[in-house]
Amino acid sequence: MKRTALFVLIGLFLLAPLASGPYLLSLLTTLLTFAYLGQAWNIMMGFAGQLSLGHALYVGLGAYVSAALSLFWGIPPILGVFPAMAAAALVGSAIGFLSFRFAVKGVHFTLLTIAFAEIARLTFQHLSALGGTGGLFLPVEARTGVDLIHLRGDPRMFYYVILAMAAALFLACRALMASPLGYRWQALREDPAAAESLGVNLLRVKLAAIALSAALTAAGGVFTAFFYNALFPDQWFGLGYSIEIILAPIIGGLGTLFGPILGAILLTPLGEAITAVTDGLGWQSAGIKPFCYGVCLLLIVKFLPDGIWPAIRKRLP
Amino acid sequence: MILDQVVTGLLTGLIYGLLALGLSVIFGVMRIVNFAHGEMSVVAMYAAWAAARYLGLDPLLSLIPIAAIFFGAGYLLQRGLIQPFVSRPDYMQFILLISVALILTNGALLVFGPEARGIQVDYAFDSYEIGTFLIDKVRLLAAGAALTLTGLLLAFFRFTLTGKAIRAAADNRTGAQVIGLDIGKLYAVTFGIGTASLGAAGVLMALLNDAIPRLGPELTLLSFVIVIVGGLGSMTGALAGGVLIGVSEALAGTLLQPSLKSMFSFALLVLILLLRPQGLLGERS
Repeated sequence: MKRTALFVLIGLFLLAPLASGPYLLSLLTTLLTFAYLGQAWNIMMGFAGQLSLGHALYVGLGAYVSAALSLFWGIPPILGVFPAMAAAALVGSAIGFLSFRFAVKGVHFTLLTIAFAEIARLTFQHLSALGGTGGLFLPVEARTGVDLIHLRGDPRMFYYVILAMAAALFLACRALMASPLGYRWQALREDPAAAESLGVNLLRVKLAAIALSAALTAAGGVFTAFFYNALFPDQWFGLGYSIEIILAPIIGGLGTLFGPILGAILLTPLGEAITAVTDGLGWQSAGIKPFCYGVCLLLIVKFLPDGIWPAIRKRLP
Repeated sequence: MILDQVVTGLLTGLIYGLLALGLSVIFGVMRIVNFAHGEMSVVAMYAAWAAARYLGLDPLLSLIPIAAIFFGAGYLLQRGLIQPFVSRPDYMQFILLISVALILTNGALLVFGPEARGIQVDYAFDSYEIGTFLIDKVRLLAAGAALTLTGLLLAFFRFTLTGKAIRAAADNRTGAQVIGLDIGKLYAVTFGIGTASLGAAGVLMALLNDAIPRLGPELTLLSFVIVIVGGLGSMTGALAGGVLIGVSEALAGTLLQPSLKSMFSFALLVLILLLRPQGLLGERS
C-alpha cells in the first residue's frame, strides 16, 4: 500500500511537466526546493535533535560561493557545488565545534545559529565585491536547451534537476536513518548522557549531523542561486528564510522521511492558492501568505505536534 | 559629540532595558523563550500610533491603558495557548512562539500596510541644553518613563506578596506547589507582566521610531542580545544589558558605519554565549 502510494507519487512528479504550463512548473520547482531544504534541515533537527534557526546561512553560502566562482573565475556550478558544500560544512562544523567546546545547549545553541546567520547577512551586506546590499546577479540567458554543466536552460531542466536532488536526498536519508550513524543521532536526540555512557562519541556524531546538513543545504543553495539568478543578503541569509525552511518538515513531521515532502506538498500550493484568491478579489495581499503559514504552524504544534505524516501513517493499513 | 551619543544611547538603552525585562521575566519564571517578543512590541507601537492618530492621545498618556490591555492579552495567551507547552520540549515552545510571531508581523502588514507609521508630538523637536549636552526632550521623557516602570517592576517582584510568590515559583516549582501556590495563575500573571512591559516599551519606542512591520524580528533579536548579555532570567541584568547595548549601538553608529551597529551586537552575543553563557551579571548555575 505504502509502496504503491510512493510509486504513484514518483510517477506524478516525473510526468508533471508534460501537463503543466510555466506557472505550475515554477510552483512545483519551488515545492521541491522546500522539500529538499526541509529534508536537509531535518537531518540536524529531526534525526539528531539539534535545532538550527540559522539554516539560511548555508543556503546563502552555497549560493554565493557557487555564483561567485562562476561569475569571476568561470567555474561552472557542477564543479562549484563542491567548494560551496565544503564551505558550508566547514562553517557548520566550526559552529558545532564551538558550541560543543563551550557546552552551548538548548535555547543558547539555537540563538548561536541565529547569531551566525545574522553575522553572515551583515557581512555579505558589506562585501561590495559580491554586490553588497545591491545584490549579485547571474547573467540570464535564453531559457532553452539543456546545459547541466552550467545549470542554464529550460525551466523543465531545473525541475528535473531539483526532482533528482530531492529524490536522491530522500534515498540517502533513508539509508542514513538505518545506518549506525543514524542510530547514534537518534540516541543523541533522545538522551545525550545515556548515549555517551554507551560509548557514542557525541562530538563526532554532532559534527557529522551539522556538517552533513549544512553541506546538503548548501547544494540546495547552489540550485536556488542558478534558478533565481539574483542574490540579496537580506533575503538569502535572513531569519525569515531560515523559518521558511523549517515549516515543511515541522508541518509534515519532524524526523520522518516523508514529513518534509508532505509538508512542502501541502504548504506551497496553499500559499499560492491564498495569494491567487486575495489577488483575484483585489485585496492588498502583502503578508497574507506568511500569515497563513503562521496559522498552519500554530494549529499543527497545538493539535498535531508530531506533524501530519505520523498521524496518516498510523491510519495506513 | 561623542559624549552626546553616549547620553543618547544611554537614554535609548533604558527603553531597551524595559523591553528586554519582559523577555527575561518570562524566561526566568517559566523557562519559555518568547520568540514573538519584538513582534508583540511592534503591535504596541501600532496601538500607540492609532491612539495618537484617532484619539489624539499622547503616547505618554496611552502608555498605561495599552500596557493594561497587553497585560490582559498576555494573561489570556498564556492561559489559552502557552500553558500546556511549559512542560514540552524546548523546540516545541520555540515553534509555537515563532508561529505567533509570523501571525503578528504579517497581521500588522495586512492591517497597517508596509508604510512606516510615525507619531508627531508637539514637543518632537524640543531639546534641553544641560551644560554642553544637548538632549532631546522626547527621548528624555521616554527614558524617564521606562526607568520609572522598570523600577516599579523590580519593586513589585521584591516587595509584594504576588511578586515574591512568582519568584518562589521560579526558584523551585515543586516547592511552590507544595506550599499551595497556584502555579498556573502565577505563570499567567508573569506572562501578563512580561507582555505589559514589552507593550509599554513599544509605546515609548513609538515616540522615537516609526512603527513598521519588519521591525518585529529586529526587536526580537535585539531583546535576545540584551538578555543574553545581561544574563537570561536576570532582571537587573536586562536593564544593564539594555543600557550597554544602547550605548554601544550609538557609539558603533557614530564611530563606524551606522549599518554596522547590529553587527557589533551579534558579535557580542556570540562571545557571551561561548564564554559567559550566564551573562555578564548572571550567576553560574
